[in-house]
Amino acid sequence: MGERFVSRGFVGKRQMSAPGGRLPPGQHGVADFPVLSAGPTPRTPLEKWTFSIEGEVERPVRWSWEEFQGLPAQDFTVDIHCVTKWTKLDTRWRGVSVDTLLEHVQLDPKAGFVMAYCDGGYTTNLPLPDLLNGQAFVAYGYDGRPLAPEHGGPARLVVPHLYFWKSAKWVRGMRLMEQDKRGFWESAGYHHRGDPWKEERYAGD
Amino acid sequence: MLNRALEWQIATVAAIRTETARTKTFTLSLPAWVRHLPGQHYDLRLTAQDGYQAQRSYSIASEPEREGEIDLTVESLPGGEVSGYLHDVLVPGDRLEVRGPIGGYFVWEVSRGGPLLLVAGGSGVVPLMSMLRHRRAVGSRVPARLLYSSRTPEDVIYADELMGLQDGGDGLEVIHSYTRSQPAGWTGYARRIDADMLKEIYRPLGGKTQVFICGPTLLVEAAADGLVAAGLAPGRIKTERFGPSGGSA
Amino acid sequence: MEEPLDEANELLLDGNAVAGTLFEIFGEEMTASPIECSGCGREGELGSLLAFAPAPGFVLRCPACEQVILRIVQTPDHVYLDARGAVYLRFVRPAV
Repeated sequence: MGERFVSRGFVGKRQMSAPGGRLPPGQHGVADFPVLSAGPTPRTPLEKWTFSIEGEVERPVRWSWEEFQGLPAQDFTVDIHCVTKWTKLDTRWRGVSVDTLLEHVQLDPKAGFVMAYCDGGYTTNLPLPDLLNGQAFVAYGYDGRPLAPEHGGPARLVVPHLYFWKSAKWVRGMRLMEQDKRGFWESAGYHHRGDPWKEERYAGD
Repeated sequence: MLNRALEWQIATVAAIRTETARTKTFTLSLPAWVRHLPGQHYDLRLTAQDGYQAQRSYSIASEPEREGEIDLTVESLPGGEVSGYLHDVLVPGDRLEVRGPIGGYFVWEVSRGGPLLLVAGGSGVVPLMSMLRHRRAVGSRVPARLLYSSRTPEDVIYADELMGLQDGGDGLEVIHSYTRSQPAGWTGYARRIDADMLKEIYRPLGGKTQVFICGPTLLVEAAADGLVAAGLAPGRIKTERFGPSGGSA
Repeated sequence: MEEPLDEANELLLDGNAVAGTLFEIFGEEMTASPIECSGCGREGELGSLLAFAPAPGFVLRCPACEQVILRIVQTPDHVYLDARGAVYLRFVRPAV
């Protein structure tokens, strides 16, 4: 490989070191919280906001914002990994575990996949097992405050063990599916699962 | 535009000039300089020792008549990764990787005629300055007006040069609006750009005016909407939204 | 009408911001290309479309109806292009 040009004295905004083993391959640590978006920030008023679970379930369920706030919530501290190569360690959230939400529906045994759908039209698909056993939650608080709109507020899905494009901002519901269907980025070349530790960034990785 | 490859080249920083407290102009000497169109930009890329890269786009401030080099005027953004490097680390003699010139939509040259209405918010004045410098360089008398919104008089980039261009008597008028604090005795505009202001400024130029608006998104939208409301055909308005760093992306 | 200025709104850019990448992908200057929105019919140059980038890919949307017009993802070896939101894409024919 030829000699690559290096800019004298340029280091970038990255944190230069992170505790061993916490950065997946190809990632670098950041101190800020970058805002990435595929569209304008939606502004759903809380009186209109609902969260639903539907599809391959015996009976769909829907919560209003007030009802959702009444569900048992937890605080979570997790590392998050964006496919654009930044990782932010120790992010603090508050929200409802997806396990808690799924307790309210009877899943069809055929349901193996989930499509999360959002205000603004964004979608992302996930294997159902990746949402269970404490691995995922619907968060409405970040860093001790209500989740800001540019970071997905009023509520977003957070699935920290997968690349962060799966942690759908402005989430409004989950549709249980028998077959896997591709969401917004997955249908444009991104991986259907997105495990950062296996660097599953693109379809075929 | 002619089909050509868009290649990265290594430019040398020939000079750095402070324009305002937050903006500097970087004169870059380009080994593969090609004549640009006023309004175009260059992409700039920084590479760290370990291969990490950051890339931004900056509008060309200089006129194409100045051969072999370009001026980029960059506003420093608090915590800005690239603007911080340019402002705080770069010195004349350093080298920068750039590619361009890029752009085919937000461009103007004298052969396209006028009248010309340029609307700038903050560092959005940069690509418009290339247009005005080009207009002066070729001795054009196309009627032109620049409406330039800044927070304070100290924030005005190219203040003296703009005054000089206006005093040149070739039909350019520069109209400032200061949204936060005004010079003593100021009787001009002292508010954000709005439809009434635009109507007053655009009216004398007439319906054949070509309009270029550049600045933060809210200003661009307000100005475009305001001009359409004043009767200008939308197809005559070209817009470029600038990010907070004063360049795009 | 005052709109709350949030960080994401400030970052809202347009097709000009991704002109270099578009040139890389299409091999020619694209921002002056006329684009018709398949949703609302708005006609304008590609440079006037709203651009959302950075993102895992980039998305260009209609400034009038916000529909997705172009979606582009660059992987190490390929480019994925979804142009369903545009009635057509127009390229300059190379001179022969």
